[in-house]
Amino acid sequence: MSNTADPVSYLDYQGRHKGILGWILSTDHKRIGILYMISMLSFFGVGVILGLLMRIELLMPGMTIVTPRVYNSLFTLHGMIMIFLFIIPGLPAVFGNFFLPLQIGAEDVAFPRLNLASWWIYMLGAAVALTSLFVGGGAPDTGWTFYVPYSVRSGTNVTLAVTGAFILGFSSILTGINFITTIHRLRAPGMSFTRMPLFVWTLYSTAWIQILATPVLAITLLLVIAERTLGLGLFDPAKGGDPILYQHLFWIYSHPAVYIMILPGMGVVSEIIPTFARKDIFGYKAIAISSLLIAFVGYLVWGHHMFTSGISDTARWIFSLLTFLVAIPSGIKIFNWVATLYKGSIDLRPPFLFTLTFIFLFSIGGLTGLVTGALATDVHVHDTYFVVGHFHYVMFGGTGMAFLAALLYWWPKMFGIMYNEKWIWRSWAFIFVGFNMLYFPMLIQGWMGHPRRYYDYVPRFHATHIVATVGSWVLVTGLLIFAITLFRSFKSRVPAPSNPWGGRTLEWTTTSPPPLLNFTQIPTVTRGPYEPAPTPTGGETS
Amino acid sequence: MNGPSATIGDAVDDTMILITGISVVLLAIITGLMLYFTYRYSRKRHPVAEEVGTSILLEVTWTIIPVLIVMGMFWAGYKSFREMRDAPEDALQVTVIGRMWDWSFEYANGKKSDRLVVPLDQPVRLQLKSLDVNHSFYIPAFRIKEDVVPGGNTYLWFKPQSTGPADIFCAEYCGERHSYMMSEVVVVPQEQFDVWYQSDSAELPETKAWIDAEAAAAQAPSDTDEALSALHKYGCVTCHSLDGTGNKLGPTLKGVFGKEVTVMVDGKEISVTADEAYLKQSITQPAAALVKGFENLMPPPAGMGPDEIDLVIGYIKELK
Repeated sequence: MSNTADPVSYLDYQGRHKGILGWILSTDHKRIGILYMISMLSFFGVGVILGLLMRIELLMPGMTIVTPRVYNSLFTLHGMIMIFLFIIPGLPAVFGNFFLPLQIGAEDVAFPRLNLASWWIYMLGAAVALTSLFVGGGAPDTGWTFYVPYSVRSGTNVTLAVTGAFILGFSSILTGINFITTIHRLRAPGMSFTRMPLFVWTLYSTAWIQILATPVLAITLLLVIAERTLGLGLFDPAKGGDPILYQHLFWIYSHPAVYIMILPGMGVVSEIIPTFARKDIFGYKAIAISSLLIAFVGYLVWGHHMFTSGISDTARWIFSLLTFLVAIPSGIKIFNWVATLYKGSIDLRPPFLFTLTFIFLFSIGGLTGLVTGALATDVHVHDTYFVVGHFHYVMFGGTGMAFLAALLYWWPKMFGIMYNEKWIWRSWAFIFVGFNMLYFPMLIQGWMGHPRRYYDYVPRFHATHIVATVGSWVLVTGLLIFAITLFRSFKSRVPAPSNPWGGRTLEWTTTSPPPLLNFTQIPTVTRGPYEPAPTPTGGETS
Repeated sequence: MNGPSATIGDAVDDTMILITGISVVLLAIITGLMLYFTYRYSRKRHPVAEEVGTSILLEVTWTIIPVLIVMGMFWAGYKSFREMRDAPEDALQVTVIGRMWDWSFEYANGKKSDRLVVPLDQPVRLQLKSLDVNHSFYIPAFRIKEDVVPGGNTYLWFKPQSTGPADIFCAEYCGERHSYMMSEVVVVPQEQFDVWYQSDSAELPETKAWIDAEAAAAQAPSDTDEALSALHKYGCVTCHSLDGTGNKLGPTLKGVFGKEVTVMVDGKEISVTADEAYLKQSITQPAAALVKGFENLMPPPAGMGPDEIDLVIGYIKELK
């Protein structure tokens, strides 16, 4: 690939600034994507360490390594970091930034400077949130949900942490605006909406939720700050307020946010499956429309977080009914993915392996969601470890696996190098076994009645805690092998061809890594995203 | 799970079995097909993919069938939930009071208890009240739970169908000692409940002989007993130990009387002797002079009368 005719790659391009400034001041969507990747994976690492510490504490009943106060801060920070710093912005900010313009045949996003500003705002928000650890009253201990009245009473640094989340919201809104404009205005000639890759469809659906739901969170968080500093009494029954109002406001954002987290993961899966099956995706339109449906119905189901909160019985059954409806579009996606494999020509390479893992683990996450969606069973498992197991299957088994699959799928394109596939297979074995050892016991002990956010527990839950804690060690071993394998690819530098997997979307038509403006010539689109090219067009060979 | 169960629990378990059963079948179909196709159509066995097009019929089928399945699940969940909400008129009324970090129970006749004693086969309706933050009253063995919200007026009901003790947990995170906010529900035969309900003792009568013995020894309980019962009733011992063990929540009460302690008044450290006046102030206005190194966590014990305060202080004096 060191053909002299190749344009300079975005990694080698020398812009106005040198060294690190060439990155943190770059408006190139690809460099911004990498900036997000480095920052997010660092936060993810911190979140993993916090999770590990929690698991060690839970290994034995009573005090194992930390006090109750520290434990409560651990799960609060684990949740805040994983949700606000990793999984909500994760896939759109890293892979959306990098691949949205490439997949629609554009040179960059619509507002490159705004894009860079979004990263800076993200870092500012992260810095403010993490500062709350080290100053004043200490790390917040309210849980990532900041439920009042406890969050108003807590002597810890809730105000600062909430301010951090507030700032992060702006990064999310601005990225959403940027993506929607890009998708509407910058598609290559011939790329109609129904010729867009499905990852782009999910980014589009996600971006609308980011714009429309995040402001509600911002308002809610401001109200918490106002309660703490001014004592308005909005949520205080003694002053005529209502603590339940807070829960409504919080989940009006935070439930759609769950779909911000998972939709792009589904988009990644929809990219990888046709590539490795060498086949057009089954039910393109059904998958595309189901993304919009998920985004829309996802707005109407927040009340299922409040089935035991004391809201009216009528509200409970309406929210339960709507919650069951939101399962349908997710099911449609899964059926279409599996149908795509039928009569394909399947190459079981690492990205595809992690995609199959996604389907399996996400299905468990989705199906356990039916238990929490049904009123009678939810009353029992609500706020227990069952819910913790359920959402880790969805978030980590779903979005997390999709993130790993996306890394493996697009790594050659991003850096122009291949990784050692054998070691990725080994890491997968650890990740898969560890994951299920860690989270499946939680479903069991939740059904046995173990409430969540418990520092200590009664002896009958001990066995499941031991299995889960040992599972966390296996899982982290797998993640370490995975990370080391990818790092080593920078040392071995096995060059990647333009299209190592035989993908059919536009990002595979340019060099690996792509040049600064992505394409030497803006492509013209004449077919659906996963249809085979009719004949080789001659110009680009690899 | 051992211990007692409630009638509603069976309906909840049936719903769980239904949903889990269908889910396992669906998961097996999805995973089975996925693995089979990956094997059968691997590049080695099937080098060239065949385009099969899209099938509207299939899309409609796998939309309609899941809709029917989930509507069935919704209905099953809703039906048992309705039962869970319709408390019978003749239910025994108990008020549950949750606060950081203990539960207490008040019966219609004024009897107070720190555990929930209920008669077998008799519906019980719980009115849930919180004195501070959100809690959630949860009896896993009965499959019931409802949040306890300040200013709210939530309720639960159940009908126990076998005897024995079972855990009560707090399921809504409520701060430092959330995981210790536990109590116990004890289901006893009706006769035993009646005796307990009418007596002043928190202890359950075990046998007829026990009742007679108690009746015979029906003298006034000693001051120590009453002080101890007050210390438990108002939750003091949740944070303040009586045996000298330290913790981060509150200083031990052992040997505190007459000791020099450093306290914070308006942010300044001063030294005081823990005499009767100081102890009284610490009970009625805990925040006024906090012992150095401890946070302002203690609510003044609502409803603790002057007699009880004197009893408690008298007890602390003797606690060397």
